[in-house]
Amino acid sequence: MRMRSVYLMLPALLWASVALRAEVPSAIAIKDAHVVTVSGEDLPKATVILRDGLIQDVGANASIPPDAWVIDGAGLTVYPGFINALSTWGIPQPGPNRAVATAGNVPQQAAPATPAPNPAPRSHGPEDRPQTYSFERAADMVEPSDSRLEAVRAAGFTTSATFPNRGIVEGLGALIDLAGERGRDMVIAQPIGQQIEFRVGGGGMGRSFPSSLMGNIAYVRQLYLDLGQYKQAKETYVAHPNGNRRPEYDHDLEGLAESPRLLLPADECQQVDRILNFGRELKVPFVVYGLHEGYRRIDELKQANVPVLISLKWPERPKDADPNDIPNYRDLLMQEQAPAVPGMLAKAGVKFAFYSDGVDSAPDLKKALKKTVDAGLSRADAIRALTVNAAEIYGVGDRLGSIEKGKIANLVVTKGEAFDDKSTVEYVFVDGKEFQPSKEQQQPPQGGERRGTNPADEGDANGGVN
Amino acid sequence: MRRLIPIACAIAMLAGLSGAETILIRNATVLTVTKGTVQNGSVLVENGKIAAIGKNVSAPADATIVDATGKYLMPGIIDCHSHTAIEGGVNEGTVSDSSMVNIKDVIDPEDINIYRGLAGGLTVSNVLHGSANAVGGQTIVIKLRWGKTAREMLFEGATPGIKFALGENPKRQGYPSQNFFSQGPAPERRFPGTRMGVEEVIRESFTDAKNYQAEWKQYHDAVARGEHPIPPRKDLRLEPLVEVLEGKRYVHAHCYRSDEILMLLRVADEMGFKIRTLQHVLEGYKVAREIAEHGTGASTFSDWWAYKIEAYDATPYNAAIMTRKGVVVSLNSDSDELQRHLNLEAAKVMRYGGLSETEALAMVTINPAKQLGIDNQVGSIEVGKSGDMVLFDKHPLDYYSKVQKVWIDGHDYFDRDKDLETRPEFQKKKKALEDKLKVAEDTGTRQGKRNASNAASTPMIEENQ
Repeated sequence: MRMRSVYLMLPALLWASVALRAEVPSAIAIKDAHVVTVSGEDLPKATVILRDGLIQDVGANASIPPDAWVIDGAGLTVYPGFINALSTWGIPQPGPNRAVATAGNVPQQAAPATPAPNPAPRSHGPEDRPQTYSFERAADMVEPSDSRLEAVRAAGFTTSATFPNRGIVEGLGALIDLAGERGRDMVIAQPIGQQIEFRVGGGGMGRSFPSSLMGNIAYVRQLYLDLGQYKQAKETYVAHPNGNRRPEYDHDLEGLAESPRLLLPADECQQVDRILNFGRELKVPFVVYGLHEGYRRIDELKQANVPVLISLKWPERPKDADPNDIPNYRDLLMQEQAPAVPGMLAKAGVKFAFYSDGVDSAPDLKKALKKTVDAGLSRADAIRALTVNAAEIYGVGDRLGSIEKGKIANLVVTKGEAFDDKSTVEYVFVDGKEFQPSKEQQQPPQGGERRGTNPADEGDANGGVN
Repeated sequence: MRRLIPIACAIAMLAGLSGAETILIRNATVLTVTKGTVQNGSVLVENGKIAAIGKNVSAPADATIVDATGKYLMPGIIDCHSHTAIEGGVNEGTVSDSSMVNIKDVIDPEDINIYRGLAGGLTVSNVLHGSANAVGGQTIVIKLRWGKTAREMLFEGATPGIKFALGENPKRQGYPSQNFFSQGPAPERRFPGTRMGVEEVIRESFTDAKNYQAEWKQYHDAVARGEHPIPPRKDLRLEPLVEVLEGKRYVHAHCYRSDEILMLLRVADEMGFKIRTLQHVLEGYKVAREIAEHGTGASTFSDWWAYKIEAYDATPYNAAIMTRKGVVVSLNSDSDELQRHLNLEAAKVMRYGGLSETEALAMVTINPAKQLGIDNQVGSIEVGKSGDMVLFDKHPLDYYSKVQKVWIDGHDYFDRDKDLETRPEFQKKKKALEDKLKVAEDTGTRQGKRNASNAASTPMIEENQ
């Protein structure tokens, strides 16, 4: 299949493809490295063998096949590839001015290179299905050309739970690998969920419903009521077609029905309370994302038995803040405590993973992860959060998230332990394919003010509810 | 562990403040509102309820004794019109019927104004959706149980409401031509643009609600006959209106002009529902008899008007005139600031209209309780009612009076002395945190991201956040 498509391509592409292929060995062995398997014991000196995009073997006595390229693992540590539990990585983002609110106040992300000629028509209520893109699929949108992929691989990330991000109901996410020749090569699993983002503000008479937080909530509630009715109507019709009118096919609800779980936003503690109640009310499996004030709701999260995704964009006072604008005690506490939330969750036994929330460069991701480790999260728990937890939250723990025979060959190989200041990422393997991030990608640029995050991705989560 | 200390302190303080205990308040001037005044009286609260009132009340040995010599005890103040503690927008103003939204979903128990209200003796608030729509959002009554979660603040058993609005606000159509608030032009003008249109929206919504009610009845009848009909769609906009028709949800209608008040009462009669309260109702004095005949309550301001055309023909005698015509009248705040001194608003009806001291106090206690259908639980100091009480150092209708303590369900939610005592310690703690996080030293105007300021607010306020 792959061969045929190559023949059909332009000569230039053919050449590129062949050239690329020539560098790919049939098997790779990382010999005598420290292997953090995550699923089992740490192996202080073991060999990992990769073939055909899978982990062929791992162990102290794994025999190296004769055709394998061998990497001397002395002084190196091998981890499962890191998983970003929620992002837009892989969906190419247009320039910095992406999130333009149109007259209809529908944030128009997205793909079209030219601005949409007509703003979204005004929504008059839930029946207009405002800002609902439940049918859009990240799996159809991801491209290896996304410029962020190379940068984040340099921080050890091989995988992302990628979601489209426009509107309130944002579309079907996909778990993707952060490399591939074509978008379709990147998709590991889909659909993995539907992300809800509350879009608050910009209201007023004559503008689009909803503008308030309560309007957003009511809208999502109505959608799920509609979904219940839709399912029931379809069942009734299948059982009793005679004499009943055929239920109309509903694009939006089909997308919702297909989603195995819902991602709901909550950053502050009252939002956590609200969203736990709301998720239960909707009667769908759900995951809570945000959680910077989670330190005040550890017990509740534990009791709710709901997985959570922690934003790596730790709250901090903006550098250009008005000096007169002094945060109150609660804000200060949140700045201090947010990085400690993961450690507390780990102790309480709440399943959590991390998400980038607009932190899109290797030095910044590394810094953000180090901050939570410094605030009390053990290295082992940090690694689990970045690997097996994320995989399990999305139901792919059987193929990703640990270094085990037969699993997908996504690995990160570091010199020094992960999260150490001086550690470097030496190799990243995505589907068994080797990448060597440059040192420059892992260092903050020298001198001058650097842009910490990709501006295109700002406001990725929690739109306006803070 | 060190970083846990501030939270631990907050929790410990909270627990200390509001432990469920038996309380005997001794030797106060007890303003019961409904049963006269007891001089040198005592009130016993057990299990959150008032257990005894009188001159000689004995308490069990473990009771906490509060010596209130020279002080005044009154029922917790009730505000029939509040927008406090709403997160993410008071209005869903995009549509003319926003009955699908519910304030209950967005109560923010961390809103500092809850604590500030408590410090003014406020214990219960009717938290309303804004007035941007003819038929507005669903509303909820809360008790100001500061430190608790949003759910724990809900007033158990209080009938929920819905906000209506008449006049200038609901007929605003948006700003189609200008770049208002930098949002660009609104894509279209909102209906309605006239007062006639406001009436039409209400009529249409209830016509829809009746059809909806009939549709579901038809479905249930068909199921009962053993048929297999496809169920109708559950409509969050119409569900609360059906509840209004069934008397399960109160209508709180924002209004000013007498002609519109009469219009609304007529539409309600025609559609077969009741208006529970008229809010603001500045021209209520002109149609007080009609309001009384409809059995509708009026919740107004003491002396706040002329902030827009429809609010000009007003008088501070409004509350007194309506009271004399047999309307149950309350005074409300509609404001985070005004809610902190509703006792003083009440005092004004003695000056304007010559109401009695008890009638004045009733304006912010038993009357709003009646309007909200919670007068069997709160609104006066009576045996069997909730232990919601406020202790003032002077008579609460005195402009120099200050709140000393506030209890809700017998729990201590505000204590002026404790509050003042903990301030220096709190400031120290905050300073340490600021230093640690390298917050700029400049104090300046001190406006935080939230509405809570620093120096002006109390330690307890922020401790519990």
